[in-house]
Amino acid sequence: MKDSLKQKLIEYYKKGLRFDGRKLDEYRKIELKTGVTASAEGSARVKIGKTDLIVGVKMAIEQPYPDTPDKGNLMVNAELMPLSSEQFEPGPPGEEAIELARVVDRGIRESETIDTTKLCIIPGEKVWSIMIDICTINADGNLLDAAALGTIAALKDAKFPKLNKDNTVNYEEKTNKGLPLTNEPIEVTVLKIGDFLIVDPLPQEEKAFDARLTVAVAKDGQLCALQKGGTKPLTIEELDEMVTLAKQKSTMLRKKLQ
Amino acid sequence: MAYTKRFDSRKFDELRPISAKVGVIPNADGSAMFKIGKTTAYAAVYGPRDLHPKFLQNPSTGILRISYNMMPFSGHGERVRPGASRRSREIAMVTQNALLPVLDLTPYPNSVVDIFIELPQTDAGTRCAGISAAAMALADAGLEMKDLVSAVAVGRVGGTLLADLNYEEEAYKEGSTDIPVAILPNSGKVTLLQMDGFIKQEELKKVLELAKKKCEEIYEVQKKALKEKFKVQK
Repeated sequence: MKDSLKQKLIEYYKKGLRFDGRKLDEYRKIELKTGVTASAEGSARVKIGKTDLIVGVKMAIEQPYPDTPDKGNLMVNAELMPLSSEQFEPGPPGEEAIELARVVDRGIRESETIDTTKLCIIPGEKVWSIMIDICTINADGNLLDAAALGTIAALKDAKFPKLNKDNTVNYEEKTNKGLPLTNEPIEVTVLKIGDFLIVDPLPQEEKAFDARLTVAVAKDGQLCALQKGGTKPLTIEELDEMVTLAKQKSTMLRKKLQ
Repeated sequence: MAYTKRFDSRKFDELRPISAKVGVIPNADGSAMFKIGKTTAYAAVYGPRDLHPKFLQNPSTGILRISYNMMPFSGHGERVRPGASRRSREIAMVTQNALLPVLDLTPYPNSVVDIFIELPQTDAGTRCAGISAAAMALADAGLEMKDLVSAVAVGRVGGTLLADLNYEEEAYKEGSTDIPVAILPNSGKVTLLQMDGFIKQEELKKVLELAKKKCEEIYEVQKKALKEKFKVQK
């Protein structure tokens, strides 16, 4: 099954085409909208082709972790909702959802996208927690890039809620103060199928790939997180080629944030 | 204290602005979005399809399975923990009861029709918005239906009877009674009825009449959205 699908894909790639007529290094149409849900402190909706997801940012005052008493907390969670594909089943997040959340998390955590020292209210006692939830509406390939893009857009959209006198949160009113953001990592996923490299995979391509590399590119062009997927090994030259393609595509995606 | 003017200055029998769209989730067999005020519900229908685990299968009919879920960032106040809660399970159950009377699943023995209801943004009235969205999604999926289902919450706030309570009204300090109602618009029959709070018998009758009238308005919006999707392109 997988092999015949792969053969078919490779036939297309040899002609420089994808199943939907795109070029190998071409993304589908990308739409990005922020402020899509009023109950979140920040939110964004991303559509890449028929892939559709919402990212929401909630904030709360919580205790800091013991090893970082003067830093705010950051959490990323992804829900692959059964509403968005017949492939997804109800229940606690599975491997795929956990990997998705962790790869997005790594991109923003390692690039220090949020200056968490500025989220401290009382060291060791009270800090802001930033909770990011990614919810899929229609899953049609490349959830990773869509989720990462939506996360940055939602973080940029977020405004602190007001504080009551006793340092509890008043969720009914927002301040006009945004999050202390210092970076904007963009994640690009490159798939290797046969001898070909592609971006923005369709579900069929995600079923048939040999290897996958997700690259998070920081504002200054440095890489700030990597994740290799798939079972086929890659040479150093191949990895370099994939990173080059990812960096090149990240400039296009970054423009969507403006 | 009497409630003489609504927080959002609506008339007492006035619904919040509604928008509806059918076919919003391409992967699903049927889908719809129903938005009333800030409360937004998405519903996706998958099926009829094989039912697993097998012991749930019924050889004489297909079954309807509902999942109701608020997205973690959709609530008033703090983040809602993901996953099923007692509340979401109960809502799923009453939603099933509200929708089942219009369906005939006997042609699909051992199968399931799954409806997933998700709310990205809420401002009260979520189970009703979910039901209105789910009914459209079922129609979009092409399942045979005896009627559509339209739902709205009515109630009594500070002694005044009104339609489509928002969150502020539901939380009104001087007494709030919330009555979610689902009605089959063609027969006028009630398929969902719950209530939190006090009401007199004659007030209940009056407010249910109001719910019926308001569900007729919702029905028109649902029909329009369905026709919009299936309209012939000229």
